[in-house]
Amino acid sequence: MSAQAPTRRQGGFPIPLVGMLLFISSEVMFFGGLFATYFSARASFAGAWGPPPGAPELEILPVPLPITLILLTSSITMHWAVRAIGRGDSGRLRLWLVVTLGLGLVFLAGQIYDYTTLGFGISDGVYGTVFYTLTGFHGAHVFGGVVGLSILTARAGQGQFSARNHVAVEAVSYYWHFVDVVWVALFTTLYLLG
Amino acid sequence: MATTTTLAPGTTGYERSWVLDWLTTVDHKKIGVLYIVNAFAFFFFAGLLALVVRTELAVPGLQFVDQSTFNQAFTMHGTLMIFLFIVPVFSGFANYVVPLMLGAPDMAFPRINALSFWMLPLGGLLIVSGYLVGGAAAGGWTGYAPLTGVQFSPGDGTDLWIMGLAVVGTASILGSVNFLTTIFKMRAPGMTLYRMPIFVWTVMVTQALILLATPVITAALIALFIDRNYGGSFFDPSVGGDPILWQHLFWFFGHPEVYIVILPALGVVSEILPVFSRKPLFGYRAFVWATIAIGLLSFSVWAHHMFTTGVVFLPFFTFMTALIAIPTGVKMFNWLATLWRGSLVFTTAMLFALGVISMFLIGGISGVMLAAAPVDFHLQDTYFVVAHLHYVFFGGAAMGVFASAYYWFPKMTGRRLNETLGKIHFGMLLVGFNAAFFVQHSLGIQGMPRRIADYAADAGWTEMNLISTAGAFLIAFSMVPFVVNVVTTLLNGEKVGDDPWEGNTLEWATTSPPPTYNFDRLPPIRSERPVFDLRHKHEPNLHPEANP
Repeated sequence: MSAQAPTRRQGGFPIPLVGMLLFISSEVMFFGGLFATYFSARASFAGAWGPPPGAPELEILPVPLPITLILLTSSITMHWAVRAIGRGDSGRLRLWLVVTLGLGLVFLAGQIYDYTTLGFGISDGVYGTVFYTLTGFHGAHVFGGVVGLSILTARAGQGQFSARNHVAVEAVSYYWHFVDVVWVALFTTLYLLG
Repeated sequence: MATTTTLAPGTTGYERSWVLDWLTTVDHKKIGVLYIVNAFAFFFFAGLLALVVRTELAVPGLQFVDQSTFNQAFTMHGTLMIFLFIVPVFSGFANYVVPLMLGAPDMAFPRINALSFWMLPLGGLLIVSGYLVGGAAAGGWTGYAPLTGVQFSPGDGTDLWIMGLAVVGTASILGSVNFLTTIFKMRAPGMTLYRMPIFVWTVMVTQALILLATPVITAALIALFIDRNYGGSFFDPSVGGDPILWQHLFWFFGHPEVYIVILPALGVVSEILPVFSRKPLFGYRAFVWATIAIGLLSFSVWAHHMFTTGVVFLPFFTFMTALIAIPTGVKMFNWLATLWRGSLVFTTAMLFALGVISMFLIGGISGVMLAAAPVDFHLQDTYFVVAHLHYVFFGGAAMGVFASAYYWFPKMTGRRLNETLGKIHFGMLLVGFNAAFFVQHSLGIQGMPRRIADYAADAGWTEMNLISTAGAFLIAFSMVPFVVNVVTTLLNGEKVGDDPWEGNTLEWATTSPPPTYNFDRLPPIRSERPVFDLRHKHEPNLHPEANP
């Protein structure tokens, strides 16, 4: 009954999800390297760690905390999208994909707005360099997820997914949850621990 | 005559032009060949750069190139040999044989496979294109900060080097996702993990190292790019950065990289020795676990490259580094026990495999010496280190490349490389290699630093440098019989059957070259030597270990 040839799917975990999990492990090491630059710079920094003199302290309001909650919510809506197509409900799949996509775009817009309010730049000392590198590469990964979600939405609009055949939706959802988890770690490191 | 166990290959769809077929192929075998051809192109170019370095160093005084050209030559030699030859060439052989060895029709993601190949020449040309814009990167293949910062490396060459390496790194990450998924999910029925050929095991551990180590160097390269182009200060101590951070990130990747390079060669040796000893590999399971142990340990030793920075915990990294000698020693003894009382057949592939064992032994022992922190303080950045790394990378890994080439050429083309020319190639290479690099141990102990374009005439280094340079040219000339051999064999070589060596592993159970999707049917897989079992199916199992 399966649409896929037997050699492509030998039971157990589907091949595309194995590939996505392996890819995510490499992304874990990538962000691990970036976090290492942050903690290394912080450990060897003489003086007070934080935004350079003259710039305001980092605040979690009005923008960073709300967009964090928005990104967390988008993980829930993404999960509902996977659940919906698991039941074969392609209408709900499209709904939750569009909602997730919208929340992702709101997060990116919020991050760009937040950048304009910080009062320091990437070349203003090592704090500015690590701050913009870490948040910037996270933003780039959110953008990658938004591209993936757009492709899924387009494919869902053509009715390409069914209860049995929706492995691409699951793969993108793994990636989206991963990006969300990285942001929680970044938010905690940069904004809460300071 | 060798056993043939195949049905005739089927037809492969509609006709396309030869060029378009190679440019758009997603067949793992053709992609494997593309990898190998591309890698050898960079090998020859990087080898010419090595000759520039050795020619300049043959006698004291600056004769041929200026200091800047010299720095570019050794930087590009190291970068291209490691990132565009020795790693991708094994990805090429692995691309060709791993699906065959697993009894799979193709890689798990054939189109991603093509993508990760085509990114390689792109990245390689980006790195080399520094020569067109006023000078290639010259900060050494390790790219140490602050040598690669804008202050000491102005110009676009270093930026192109960074971008090229990032592209090559991304390509190898995609490739490793593909390999690991293939090995986890595409094995034929009966091909359990403990029945996989050792080469597949070494590729699996290698690709896991690539998956986990390469992203760290990518992060470091991005940081360096931001420092150079956007006023960042990761590695600039005047505004709070830390130049040693580069070394940590680089060697966290760079040490696993050593095993990324050598493990596939050790895997090839473990395929070739049993075939040409007419015996099973001694201690298959010990070999598997030794490979895994080397992979795990390789992440805990990066700071032995940084002993002299004074910021690392010497006893820990000395201990962990020396520990790697144990699983490596297990492999050595397994190989010797495999040869012991075997019916040895000295084909060229076998000679190169024995070359790997003996040369890698020397490289491994000098590695244990360098792992001892007090010795390392004396030998840091001398030619002893250059000798050590060439015994591992060239004597070990590159000899393994040639062993693979002679061993699998009949599978890829249906024709066997000429044995006489092959043995001439091996003899010239072995003599040239040892002449070039063995004396460098002495040069290093006597204090000759690496990365210098000139030295004093009264330093006592002239004679050994001359021997080393002569050896380097002999290595270069040894490529002549090899290239002649490949060309004449392709045109008019001896046609051999599907299984000319009486091999053990599944790639020998299909035609040479194999058809698209590899197999029409597979032999039963009940041990790690299914083709041996098929050939001797009426004899008692000589290797009960694999059938618990």
